Amino acid sequence: MNALALYGRYVSASLRAQAQYPAATLMLTVGHCAATSIEILGVYALFHRFGPVGGWSFGEAALFYALVNIAFSVADLLTRGFEVFGPEFVRTGAFDRVLLRPRAAALQLAGYEVRLTRFGRMIQAGAVLVLASRLVPIDWDAARVALAAWTIAGGVALFAGILVLQATLAFWTLESLEVANVLTYGGVQAAQYPLNIYAAWFRRLLTFGVPLASVAYYPVLAILNRPDPLGAPAWLLPFTPFAGFAFLALSFVAWRAGVARYASTGS
Amino acid sequence: MLAARPYLAAFRARFQLMLQYRTAALAGFATQCWWGGIRIMVFAAFYGANEAAAPMSLRDAVTYVWLGQALLALLPWLADPEVSQAVRTGGVGYDRLRPLDAYGYWYARTLGWMLARALPRAALMLLGAGIVLPLVGLDAWAWQPPAGVTAALLFIVSLALMIALATAVLMLANVVVAASLNERGVNAVLAPLVIVFSGQLVPLNFFPQSVQPLLHLQPFAGLVDIPFRIYFANLAGSVALQSLALQAGWTLALIALGRIAMERVMRRLEMQGG
Repeated sequence: MNALALYGRYVSASLRAQAQYPAATLMLTVGHCAATSIEILGVYALFHRFGPVGGWSFGEAALFYALVNIAFSVADLLTRGFEVFGPEFVRTGAFDRVLLRPRAAALQLAGYEVRLTRFGRMIQAGAVLVLASRLVPIDWDAARVALAAWTIAGGVALFAGILVLQATLAFWTLESLEVANVLTYGGVQAAQYPLNIYAAWFRRLLTFGVPLASVAYYPVLAILNRPDPLGAPAWLLPFTPFAGFAFLALSFVAWRAGVARYASTGS
Repeated sequence: MLAARPYLAAFRARFQLMLQYRTAALAGFATQCWWGGIRIMVFAAFYGANEAAAPMSLRDAVTYVWLGQALLALLPWLADPEVSQAVRTGGVGYDRLRPLDAYGYWYARTLGWMLARALPRAALMLLGAGIVLPLVGLDAWAWQPPAGVTAALLFIVSLALMIALATAVLMLANVVVAASLNERGVNAVLAPLVIVFSGQLVPLNFFPQSVQPLLHLQPFAGLVDIPFRIYFANLAGSVALQSLALQAGWTLALIALGRIAMERVMRRLEMQGG
C-alpha cells in the first residue's frame, strides 16, 4: 500500500470512530464553531466603534481573518498526532511502536485522530469569507481563487511546521509545551489583523521569524490588488506563501534530529 | 467558626494542591503576555485611527487588558474537572455521605481550585506588566495602579464579588456536568458566552450603543467589566455602588439557583462505577 492509500485508511478509521457518536460529534462541532467565531465579533466591535484603521475596512480585515482561520483549521485536522506527541507518544513510550512499523513516523502521526469537530472553525471562517467577499467586494476570478488557495496552502504548511516543531521539542522536554500555543493560536490571533497596524519589531518577527505575514498579509494584498503600505514590491507578494513551505521543511529537519536522538522512556 | 472548618479544609487542600503546578503557571504567563501584547497593539492602532470614538482612555484600556490577562484564570469558562471525574467514577457517592452541605463543599473546593490557578499568574503578570514595563521605560504600556484610594477599596470589594460570582457560575456548570456526566458540552457552551459577555474579548463599552443597556445588566458583566472599570474609576460614585449591588445581586441569585438545581440533580443521581 502506498503512503497516500495508507493515509486514507487512517482518516477513514478515525472518521468511522467519530460517526459512532453522531450527536456528540455534531454538538462538539457546533461548539467549536461558536467558540472560534467569537474573535470576529471582537474585530467587528472594534471596527464598528472606531471605523477604518491603517487604511483597512472591516471587510478587508475579515478577509485576513477568514484565510488564516481556514488555514489553521486544516492544519489542526492534519496534525493532532504532533500536537499530543509529548504526553501521548514520548512519555508513554508509544513512539517505539510507531518507529517499529515500516512506514514514515510523520505519516502515522498525521493520520492520528482526524477530528471532525475541527470543521467548526472552518465553517465559521468560510462564512466570514463569504461576508468579506460581499463587503469589500471581491470579484473572485480564477486568478484570485488560485491565489487564495495557494495562500491557504502556505498557511497550512506554516501552522503544520509550528506543530511539528512543538512535537520535536518533546524529544527533549518529554512534555507538550503549551508555550507553542503562543505561535499557533496566538499566531492566528496576530495574523487576523493587517500587519501595518503593528509596531515595527513585531512586523519583523511576523515576516522573518515566524512568517505568518507571508501566508496572510502579503498575499491578501495581492488578492485585494492593493500596494503594500509598507513598501514590499508588488511582484513579490504572490510568492510569499513559499515561506510557509520553507518553514515546514526546516521543521522536518529539526524533527529528524529529534528522532535520531530519541531514547525510549521504557515499556 | 467551627461550622466553617470542613469547608475551609476542603478549600485549603485544593488550593495547596493546585499551587504545585508551577510549569503550567509559567506557560500560562508566557501565553498571556503574548495575548495581552497583541491586544494592546491592536487597541493602540484603533485609538490612533480615531481616539474620539473611545469610551475610555488608552492608558485605561491598556490597564484593562493587563488586568484581564492577570485574572484570566478567575473566569468561569471550564467546569471543575474534579467534579466530572467524581461523577464518572462514582466518587460523588463519598461526597454525598459527608455530613456537610453538598453545595457548600463543592463551592469551597471549586473556589480553591480557581484561586490557586489564578494567584501565581496574577503575581507574575503584576511583576511583568506593573513593575518591569515601567522600569524599562515602557510606562505608557504598563499596568497602572488604581485611580485612587476610593477606587482601590471599591475594587477590592468588587474583586471579592467577582470571585464569588465566578464560583457561583462554575457551580451551575458543575451541576450540569453532574446531570449530563460529561463536561465537554458545558465547556463548549460556557467558554464563548463568558468571554464575550464578561467583557474579556473587548470592553463592553466598545460594543454598539444599542446593545449596551442589556450588556451592562446581564450577570457576566460582573466578571470583568464592572471590577475593572471600578479599578480605574471609569465607574465611580453612586454608579460604582449600583454596579457592586448588581454584582452582589447576581451572585446571590446564581447561588440560589445553583442550590435548587443541585438539590434536584442529587435527588435522582445514579451512581456510576462499582
